[in-house]
Amino acid sequence: MKRILTGASVLALLASGAIAASTSLTLGDQLEPPHLDPTAGAAGAIDTVVYINIYEGLTEFAADGSVIPALAKSWDISEDGLTYTFHLQSGVKFHDGSDMTASDVVWSLNRARAEDSVNAQKTLFENIADVTATDDTTVVVTLSTPTGNFLFNMAWGDAVVLNEGDDVEALKTAPNGTGAFTFTNWVQGDSITMSRNEAYWGEAAKLESVTIKYISDPTAAFNAVMAGDVDAFPTFPAPENLPQFEADPRFTVIVGSTEGETILSTNNKMPPFDNPLVREALAHAIDRNAIIDGAMFGYGTPIGTHFAPHNPAYMDLTAQSNYDPELARTLLAEAGFPDGFTTTMKLPPPSYARRGGEIIAAQLREVGIETEVTNLEWGQWLEEVFKGKDFGLTIVSHTEPMDIGVYANPEYYFQYDSAAFQALMDDLNGATDPAKRTEILQAAQQMISDDYVNGYLFQLAKTGVANANIRGLWENAPTQGSNLAEAYWVD
Amino acid sequence: MLIFTLKRLLSLALSLIAASVAIFFVVEIIPGDPARLMLGINATQDAVDALRTQMGLDQGVMARYWLWISGLVQGDFGISYTYRVPVAEMVQGRVWVSLPLAMYALLLSTLIAFPIGILAAAKRGSWADWLVMGGTQLGVAIPNFWFAMIMVSILAIKYQLFSAGGFPGWDDPLAAMKALTLPAFVLALPQASILARVMRSSLLDTLSEDFMRTARAKGRTARGAMVHHALRNAMIPVLTIIGLQFSFLLAGAIIIEKIFFLPGLGSMIFTAITQRDLIVVESVVMLLVFAVILVTFLVDITYALVDPRLRRRA
Repeated sequence: MKRILTGASVLALLASGAIAASTSLTLGDQLEPPHLDPTAGAAGAIDTVVYINIYEGLTEFAADGSVIPALAKSWDISEDGLTYTFHLQSGVKFHDGSDMTASDVVWSLNRARAEDSVNAQKTLFENIADVTATDDTTVVVTLSTPTGNFLFNMAWGDAVVLNEGDDVEALKTAPNGTGAFTFTNWVQGDSITMSRNEAYWGEAAKLESVTIKYISDPTAAFNAVMAGDVDAFPTFPAPENLPQFEADPRFTVIVGSTEGETILSTNNKMPPFDNPLVREALAHAIDRNAIIDGAMFGYGTPIGTHFAPHNPAYMDLTAQSNYDPELARTLLAEAGFPDGFTTTMKLPPPSYARRGGEIIAAQLREVGIETEVTNLEWGQWLEEVFKGKDFGLTIVSHTEPMDIGVYANPEYYFQYDSAAFQALMDDLNGATDPAKRTEILQAAQQMISDDYVNGYLFQLAKTGVANANIRGLWENAPTQGSNLAEAYWVD
Repeated sequence: MLIFTLKRLLSLALSLIAASVAIFFVVEIIPGDPARLMLGINATQDAVDALRTQMGLDQGVMARYWLWISGLVQGDFGISYTYRVPVAEMVQGRVWVSLPLAMYALLLSTLIAFPIGILAAAKRGSWADWLVMGGTQLGVAIPNFWFAMIMVSILAIKYQLFSAGGFPGWDDPLAAMKALTLPAFVLALPQASILARVMRSSLLDTLSEDFMRTARAKGRTARGAMVHHALRNAMIPVLTIIGLQFSFLLAGAIIIEKIFFLPGLGSMIFTAITQRDLIVVESVVMLLVFAVILVTFLVDITYALVDPRLRRRA
């Protein structure tokens, strides 16, 4: 016993309090990126690290989701909406010291739209007909058809500018961008560190270094915040712990919005969901507030269509699919299912899906719809639900910004095939006038709501926790990445 | 001894081949396309196809097995689908967490188990024996993930003596050892309990042998007889358990690695499975199988060295 006691006191001596320097910041995140090339993978975790911080594009998202100039300081759009002339910032250098010029932009855009490109968002570039550098700081992009949201497209992490001729395989573990932070180190499985870019063309970062530590387990994440191992956890995985942080003066809880429309995806081609009355019944059988309270501990904004509530063009259509189980039963009877029916519900791993699924299954049972619930892993979900379209219902959060356009693809996994909607999206692409765009976007929101394509549940909230002395962390998540150059400590 | 060793080597090779077939084909039937998983739900099909070609997934299963196994023989573990870096490179970083953790835990386990096991056997029926037996019963019964969380709550959150987890790397050996201390202790506790109980019962068996009475009769003190005669003879079962425990600790620390967010082999396999990084799963599991078989082989050889009767029988 004595030996054990001596051991314990040695351990206590080994322990020394870590003192957080006010010029460095340690963030926690749940998912480690597979690699660090945002132009060759969809993993949001890539953008979390590199977007804006390491790599920049022609345009970028601001904290409120609006599109602002980045590497392009200004641009001119031709009358017909087909020619975009970008005027680049001058004096921009990549982290390896080489100059960022128009030819780097041309190379990056051509690479993204090439035949063998593995860009996860290739559709962002599909309307580009030609990219030319007219001089070192001017790039002319010619489009095949007017693309109203082209500037928005160029703000995505998938459209960042790379250094022409860099070995793209090497970039996966050693990114070379133009951003306010340079990549320093990656201890795989543990953390990624970046340091302030002293030669940055814009306003320099306030912090000297930022480390992102990967902690996948929610309990471990809670422990790490409580023990002070991480200074902030911008997207905290366990909302049930947030009240505890709120009550603790050492921390602040940051609640914002994301681009994630969480929906009860419905297989529009699978009977009985091919009957609009059944989908309408489904919509009225769901109590959104019970799901937000039960699955998300109250964090989330109810939505009635596939659109982010913080967007100025958003329409609140929740009343159209209000919770009314009586109406749902009537509609089901009208559709020929007075005794209800049985269907499948396949759930991916996130807790909004697993917890939400249980609540929805109970709510559907109330109106006579029985669900066979299966829990799937992401890989299985992609195979069975997304690719195989073998599902009745599923719950998933669509986290891409402004992704209402997916409803125009009849092959998309929920298989909504509406010529009217497809025509509307063609109109949208042709429109560059903001007022006109808003009008079309609202018509689109109304249409999918009228057709009850999917069950619209809630906009996923971004809930994070941070040391009370940190300022400048982004509240909202207009994209998975956030600009860390604005973060700083106060005493 | 040579024939014995050759026979054991042959069985080692056969086990490895059988394991490689089993691992490869079991992993292959996991549903899920690694390329689609990487590019996500908005990617166009031709981008996914381009990535499949880049990953070599467009080739047949047999061709890929052959490529994998012939690479392994030459020490080439392949390229990770997800990270696009050689698997060997990824494993290298992780091994230097998992291996020291396993050895640290084994060391702690032995340091705890030997004294208390011997004490319990020597003072059989005394209060010390009762205490050891009761304590080890508890040690085996407590789930180590629960114990890990309790330790974190007390030592990391309440008193902030330790980090809640993570691994700073070996640049600072003291910090690295400190980061491994809690996980190693948590891992060691049930192992120590088992080992102490085996030690005790093995010693008790030996103590009742005739040669022990003879040793005492020719004038050995109780302590001398214990150290020189009983302990040596009681070591075979204990060695077996230590061998098994080492294999277990190397491969079986997944949950503990998760709780303490340590970048070890276990958490690497876990992530690789969810990312459908099949080549990493296959190669690392194969490596672990190799390590386990190798340890068993070494333990077998040690038996034969300790006990000449074994090699004649084999």
